[in-house]
Amino acid sequence: MRAAIVDRPLDPASLLAEVATPASGASTLFVGTVREVNEGRVVTGIDYSAYGPMAERELASVVAEARERFGTERIVVEHRIGTLRLGEASIVIAVSHARRAAAMDAQRFVIEEVKRRLPIWKREHYADGTREWVDPTRAPHVAEVR
Amino acid sequence: MVANVLLFASWADALGPSVRLELPEGATVRHLLDAMTARAVGKSLPKPLVAVNHKYARADLHLRHGDEIAIIPPVAGG
Repeated sequence: MRAAIVDRPLDPASLLAEVATPASGASTLFVGTVREVNEGRVVTGIDYSAYGPMAERELASVVAEARERFGTERIVVEHRIGTLRLGEASIVIAVSHARRAAAMDAQRFVIEEVKRRLPIWKREHYADGTREWVDPTRAPHVAEVR
Repeated sequence: MVANVLLFASWADALGPSVRLELPEGATVRHLLDAMTARAVGKSLPKPLVAVNHKYARADLHLRHGDEIAIIPPVAGG
């Protein structure tokens, strides 16, 4: 297991290599990337910032919980902070497990808990030159389902 | 007690990276949130959570001298 908040570009292939083992029947790799449109606005980049010590602690807790729930130690997560361009990876999650379903479930658990709990914020840069902090609790797609 | 409160994202943009608050002895997270909301009047900031010593804290938690206290606006990691 390994969990880190880093301020350099992520290398998904190296995380996959880090978890893979001959005992595994499946390895999954999740790569979250900067998308060019959010809520109808054209995005040109994102600043990610973190409450570093707490983010590291929460990420380590999420990974430890995934190990308990899904029964694999082979989980590695890196979340990047700083200014990212379109298409760059903000998070990489690699999981290896004897069984594919457990590997995929563990990976899904990690990304959903990261989005729910990690004290990390993103400020989107828009094509019109403005910048705004993203607030998922106020996003139109959230309001619609309430 | 004097609390030094760390701020992030929209809250830091509006009020700076940290604020010092005078709170009564035995103050809870609820007292802290009320005091911070008063500081933010007119600034249109999202409702935050509070972290104490790097853990999300319930409203009835009593604050102690030396605690590391942070205002956590809605998170958007991943």
